[in-house]
Amino acid sequence: MDKIEESKKRVQALRASRKDIKWPLLSEEEKHHLVHKYHPDYKKEAYGKIRIGPNQGEETVREVVKLLEGESCISSESISLTPQRQVDVLIIGGGGAGATAALSVKESGATVLVATKLRLGDSNTVMAEGGMQVAVSPEDSPIQHFMDSLRGGHMENDRTLLKTLVESGPSIAKWLLDIGVLFDREEDGNLSLRAGGGSSQARLLRCKDYTGLELMRVLKDAVLDEDIEILEFSPVVELLTDGEGNCSGAILKNLDNNKYTVVQAKTVILSTGGMGRLHIQGFPTSNHYGATADGLPLAYRAGAALTLQDTFQYHPTGAVYPEAMSGILVTEAIRSVGAQLVNGNGERFINEMETRDAVASAVIRECQEGRGVETPSGRRGVWLDMPLVDVLNGEGILKDRFPNMDRQYSRYKIDISKDPVLVYPTLHYQNGGIKINADGESTLKGLFVAGEASGGIHGRNRLMGNSLLDIIVYGKRAGRAASLRASETKFRELTLRHLEEYQSAQKEAGVVPQLVSPILFPDYVNKD
Amino acid sequence: MSSLPVEIESSQLIKVEIMGKVYEVPTGLTMLQAMWYTGYELLRGAGCLGGICGACSTTYRTKGDIKIKTCLACQTEVEDGMSFSLVYTYYPNRKIPYDFDAVEDPKQDLFRFYPEASLCRNCDACTEACPKGIDVRTGVWEAALGKFKDCSEKFLPCVMCSLCVPVCIADIAPNQIGLYVRRSQGIFFNERPPQLLTRIEEIKEGKFESEWESLLAPVQDV
Ligand SMILES: Cc1cc2nc3c(=O)[nH]c(=O)nc-3n(C[C@H](O)[C@H](O)[C@H](O)COP(=O)(O)OP(=O)(O)OC[C@H]3O[C@@H](n4cnc5c(N)ncnc54)[C@H](O)[C@@H]3O)c2cc1C
Ligand code: FES
Repeated sequence: MDKIEESKKRVQALRASRKDIKWPLLSEEEKHHLVHKYHPDYKKEAYGKIRIGPNQGEETVREVVKLLEGESCISSESISLTPQRQVDVLIIGGGGAGATAALSVKESGATVLVATKLRLGDSNTVMAEGGMQVAVSPEDSPIQHFMDSLRGGHMENDRTLLKTLVESGPSIAKWLLDIGVLFDREEDGNLSLRAGGGSSQARLLRCKDYTGLELMRVLKDAVLDEDIEILEFSPVVELLTDGEGNCSGAILKNLDNNKYTVVQAKTVILSTGGMGRLHIQGFPTSNHYGATADGLPLAYRAGAALTLQDTFQYHPTGAVYPEAMSGILVTEAIRSVGAQLVNGNGERFINEMETRDAVASAVIRECQEGRGVETPSGRRGVWLDMPLVDVLNGEGILKDRFPNMDRQYSRYKIDISKDPVLVYPTLHYQNGGIKINADGESTLKGLFVAGEASGGIHGRNRLMGNSLLDIIVYGKRAGRAASLRASETKFRELTLRHLEEYQSAQKEAGVVPQLVSPILFPDYVNKD
Repeated sequence: MSSLPVEIESSQLIKVEIMGKVYEVPTGLTMLQAMWYTGYELLRGAGCLGGICGACSTTYRTKGDIKIKTCLACQTEVEDGMSFSLVYTYYPNRKIPYDFDAVEDPKQDLFRFYPEASLCRNCDACTEACPKGIDVRTGVWEAALGKFKDCSEKFLPCVMCSLCVPVCIADIAPNQIGLYVRRSQGIFFNERPPQLLTRIEEIKEGKFESEWESLLAPVQDV
């Protein structure tokens, strides 16, 4: 503990000398080297080959390979596929993307059922702090938003999807205002904008550091205002297909009585979110309890292709101390108003507003090379010097703009306006996912995907604030397209033929499933 | 991957009572972590694990204190002699559906949806119950008095955990009122931002089309 205190003193002593120094940005080449050497995405040993299915021969982390190669809890012998429910559009997952899709389907006049694993709104969406990117200022444009996102994504973004994302931004922001979202404003009535890492312009709309809470609260309330049926604690455990390449429904599991419900739907929207609770490569995570990548094995087994399934975002600043807080996010927005990253010697080591993959890599480098600080439980981290925010912007600004962060730390008697805090990258976001087109449709007909479960929009590294935009834009688009399709189609046969085919592919490739997927929850229960 | 999501830092064990059973657990754990430690498989009562979704509303007592307190279990560390119960794994809510298109005077309509909103008897139990430190009672008064802006600001951190609801002797649901007021404030008492409207027009009129064309053209050749 003394070592920590000593190091903290150095951070405080050197604050004045580094506060005005503008740290240079890395050249493309330097960034490339840094990321390839230290970022977990480039750690070969952590990766394995996918041996079956649409992405056969490609790689992803071993944890995800296991899910994709896992077995279903359902088999043809154990269940009757007579539908207990029929609905035009079935939505799986009640986070921001799912709630938006539900409103959009309802508006189109189709019937809709939302099935979700926890309660409606218990999600990654509710946790978002920093904000949502929309190009609104006169100096900015959708084009610049596009270029920033493309650069951030290592030029591997699907350009059609990305163009749609940035161009829809302003009208989506207006829609959110129209249903009662209170974004922060300037005196003149314009939206208050803040800069994010890797962005050339200030374009983050926000509600202090409660942006996700505000969005989710309003979206949920708007869903409850409509006559929309919601089944909570009812995760989907298997999709159904007609055996001819169309998705035709799904099987839900009621977590309270373990009974299954067979739902026949003309179209299905999958919005099951991310995967932080897989703790890939042993990382702590910022994600909610249900973020176990359920959508990936479900869609994959049914025949939908993935894209960029090998790339994940490790947010540079997750708490590592106090231990009970490990993995909890310290929003990037705090760096955008001046908080600096400092190693154990009190020295800076990166421009804090580089893209997340670069900043995370630099933090890992500092720790690997012995310039980090060790916590009592043996984790390592570097300092995030938050008191600097008040030094640069005026006293009281930090707590006023980041009340949530203040609350998180004050529980442990840490005053963020006085003391720096220890941080290390935390598993945060799934950059890739299920491949979609601009209507949100996957390569399996009738299966639409929206939100973090989908892939392509963000390339290999999502920019801060682009996900909240993504879930609303594509939640709406998927909702519209799925309703339209439903109005043109009849109910299709319900079969598990895709499972049977998958099982024979497994046998042929010598794949022995190591677990039942989706896993639904992380296994935290102490077995001692 | 069967293990707690946190390292156990201390070998010191303390006694806590979880839903009526006494267990020994290490110090430094939150209530939810202590539940995993003692073998609870949580299917309900856990959501974000970050103090922002309100799924883990809990009541508890601490050693030697007669007071019943409320908290979020993912945010509260266990202490020796504590007794807690994750009781609101699903709170029976009373949300009134409203159609904002049909609302003419949101300040009056508050009483149409929630007639009890003006019945506060100032006991302040709601404020004491709030795990987010909101001055709930004042917020409810501001709603009733039509001070929607002030009320909105107060309820920004509300996670809809509902801990303020069962303690109200006038049967008010302060969290629902706060949310109605916030949405009304956004819909009715906020001009739409001029720069945003301009940008929407620019996109509609195709201002960026030629730039898009030159930007995307070479890519399509590949
Ligand atoms: C701490 C934190 C801060 C963030 N900050 C920002 C930010 O400032 N700006 C930004 O743009 N992005 C941010 N993000 C990312 C962003 O919040 C998420 O990527 C986005 O909200 C995902 O939305 P979603 O609807 O796709 O998934 P979610 O919101 O996670 O919703 C998925 C839902 O599906 C449910 N579900 C899962 N499996 C199943 C199943 N088998 N059956 C049924 N339901 C299931 C889940 O329980 C959940 O309710 C942040 C993320 C986190 C975790
Ligand atoms: S689990 Fe979300 S507030 Fe505790």
